[in-house]
Order: sequence, then structure tokens, then C-alpha cells
Amino acid sequence: MGTLDRTVRSFLLAELVAGMGATLRAFFKPKVTINYPYEKGPLSPRFRGEHALRRYPNGEERCIACKLCEATCPAEAITIESEPRDDGSRRTTRYDIDMTKCIYCGLCEEACPVDAIVEGPNYEFATETREELMYNKDKLLANGDRWESVLARRLELDAPYR
Amino acid sequence: MAHFFLHTMIGQVILTVLEALAVLVPLLLGVAYLTLAERKVMAAMQLRKGPNVNGPFGVLQAFADAIKMITKETVIPSGANRFLFLFAPFLTFSLAMTAWAVIPTNDGWAIANINVGVLYLLAISSLGVYGVLIAGWASNSKYAFLGGLRAAAQMVSYEVSIGLVIVSVLLAVGSLNLNDIVLAQRHVWFCLPMFPMFIIFFISALAETNRAPFDLPEGESELVAGFFVEYSALAFGLFFLGEYANMFLMSGMVSILFLGGWLPPIGIAPFTWIPGPLWLIAKILFCLFVFIWVRATFPRYRYDQLMRLGWKVFLPLSLVWMVLTAGFLLATGLLPQGGAS
Repeated sequence: MGTLDRTVRSFLLAELVAGMGATLRAFFKPKVTINYPYEKGPLSPRFRGEHALRRYPNGEERCIACKLCEATCPAEAITIESEPRDDGSRRTTRYDIDMTKCIYCGLCEEACPVDAIVEGPNYEFATETREELMYNKDKLLANGDRWESVLARRLELDAPYR
Repeated sequence: MAHFFLHTMIGQVILTVLEALAVLVPLLLGVAYLTLAERKVMAAMQLRKGPNVNGPFGVLQAFADAIKMITKETVIPSGANRFLFLFAPFLTFSLAMTAWAVIPTNDGWAIANINVGVLYLLAISSLGVYGVLIAGWASNSKYAFLGGLRAAAQMVSYEVSIGLVIVSVLLAVGSLNLNDIVLAQRHVWFCLPMFPMFIIFFISALAETNRAPFDLPEGESELVAGFFVEYSALAFGLFFLGEYANMFLMSGMVSILFLGGWLPPIGIAPFTWIPGPLWLIAKILFCLFVFIWVRATFPRYRYDQLMRLGWKVFLPLSLVWMVLTAGFLLATGLLPQGGAS
């Protein structure tokens, strides 16, 4: 009986018809596509995108040149040079991130005692040349100014879990 | 006016060119949109949206692709045979177009209403193998060569079963004229009494046009792109157009041999109001949808499975069916007596 059943099924192309039924049902289902450049998916507050250096509300840089991020960076993408400023506080003279080396692990923001270096929600920073991905302090501070409202909100949302 | 077109040399030439354009222009537009339709339908079956940025619903995508194809650089490999390398895509493309000369779009509406239309179609589709084989050989690349060999072996094997299926249709019609074949289906389309042959013909048509699940000649996972790996730009475009035009041709053959060509499903009022060519187009589009539907559904066959299906399943089945048809027609006295029905 089993053999007969199998033979009849194979001659009636039962499995092929079932497969085509499945694709035809999918044809009429609502589509799951997100129209990417026009629509974007949701991001977690912990999403690790492009870096930014933040400032205090009075405009003072947060970074105190402790170099913990440089030390912890597993890809050695961060380079910092520092010297005391005229008012005696220690500040960076150079803060470079090689975005081509960075592995977006987020250890720099974990290490930062003053929430100065953070990874923001921006993932659309592709460039046409390699050199543009060698970020310097100006670029990072500019990122911080650009994204500050979002960055503060993200830190606030994530604070209960830290 | 009628005298000029029918009885003077220049008039006849102009008329023939116009007739050819009347078939080729819609065909090429259809081919362009078939590529878009394929992407859209496959996308829908995979719960995606497909191209939708160029124009409403992506309708300009076909032209964007065409412009890209034309403006790119044609790369000719240094080891290739230049003449044959460039000749192969033209052969494939022009053969796919030439075959349309005998396809009737309405009663008597064919560029060449010849009495051996079916033989002509078989001959043209057999010649199509040369385009593939020459492309594979002339590229001087092992992938292209293997792809070309596979394609040739596959197309030749499936032509055998296609031929036998056509023979059983011809037995019931009694004529090789495509017009007569359609007219013989006035009462019932051949897809009903010859349903198994209809399925075999359709599956063989998939293999004949190198479509999924029989797209071994271009099996990406093992042969990169098969016989046209080395092609780029317009030469690649011609192969691409040729392949899709062949899909149109095969759909046209399925429609004419089994789905009653330009005839409406029932010969009564609301159906007969729609002109014949529209019925034919509707049937061709339905077949093309099934082509794409099959591609979205089934995984690729293995090569030995493909050959087994062709030679050990389809060949005996169609042979037996042909004998059965002949015997049935003889026994019931329905065998058409020579010539037009």
C-alpha cells in the first residue's frame, strides 16, 4: 500500500503542487520589506555606531585625557596626546580614532569615567575615500554637537541597566 | 494603397518590415518588462517588495538596466576567439527573434503562415544550442566551457521529449501548420485531453530555456554563471534578452499547442468580444508567470537527476502517450484525414 501511495503521489506531482501552493500563498501575504533609505528600523539605545566626543552643557569638553579608552581599545584604533591647559586642567591636544580599525565593541565608552567618548546611533557615515575615516578631535566633537540631544537621551534610557 | 503594398516589390518589402516590427517591438518591450516582472514576482513570493524606486512600482527599472547594459565596456578575454565570441550572443538573440515569424497571433495573423510551422520552430530552437555552445567554447574559460557543454547536453535531451509531445499533438491535428493546430482546438483545448503531455511539455520547456530548476548551465554555485561568465555589457545583454525571448517563445508554443492560441476559453458572448491577440497575450503571460513561480519555488536539480528525468521518465512517457494517442485515434476513427482540419 505504501509503495502504491508513494507512486501515485509522485505521478500526481503532489509535493511539487504543495510547494507551489506555499509560494503562491506567500505571493499574497503582506511584505516585510523596510524601504531602507526612506524608512529605517528601530535602534536600541545601546546601538554602537559612529563615535562622538561630548561636552558639558556649559560647552566645556568632557574628556579629561585619562587615556583609559586608548588603553582598553582592543583594535588600538584610538590615539591620544595631552598636556595641561593654561587653567591647569588636563586636556587632550589630539584625539584620533581610525574608523577603519575600530571594531565597534563599545569598550571605549564603557571605560570612559566621564561619558565623554560614546558610540552614537549614526551608522550612515560611509565615505568615498579612506582618509575621511581617520577621525580627529574636531570631527568627533562636531559629531558630539550634532547628536548631543540623542546621545543624552540614550544614556538616560540605558542608565537603569548599568 | 493596398495595390502598392501587395503588388509592388518595394511595397512588399516595406510591408514585411512593418510586420516584423509589429511583432519585434512589443516582443522586446515584453522582454524588458519580463525581467522586471520576474524580480517583482520572485520578490513577492519571498515576502519582499522588489525594485520600486525608479518610477512608480519600479516601472522604469527595465530602462535603467538597459541603459546600464549599453553604456558599460565590452570586455573580450585575451584568449578568446574574437569573432565567435561576439557572434554567439547575436546568434542566440536573433534566433529567439526569428522564431516569432510563424507564431500566429490571430486567425491567419502570422508573418509567415507556412505549412511546416512546427518543424520550423523545432529547427530554430535546435539551432539555439549553437549560440550557447559557441559562447562556451569561444570564451576559452573552463567555467564557460563546462557551462556550454551542460547547456548543449540538456537542450538536446529535452528536445527529444518535446518533439515526441509535439508529435502526439500533431497526430490529433493532422497538420504542421500552427494556424491549423489552434483551429483544431475550437471545441476543447489540448491541455485537457492531453494533460500529462501538457505538463511534460511545460517542464521540458523549462529545461529547454535553461530556467530554474533546470538552470544547471548557469549554476552559480559551481559554474559562476555558466556559458556567459566572460560576457559583459551589450554582449551579455543580448544573451540575457535572448534567454528571456526564448521564454516568451516557449510560452507562445505552450499557448498554441495546448492552450488554444488566440481562442477564448468558451466560444460564447462575453469571451468572444475580447480580440484574439489579447487572449494569446494573456495565455503567454500566464505561462511566464508560472515560469517565474516555478523558479521561486524549486531548488536546482542535480545534473544526473536532470538527465535521468529527461531520458528515463519523459522519453518513455511521451513515447507511450504518442502510441496511445495514435491507437485511440485509429480505433475511434477520429484520425484526421490529411491536410487542413
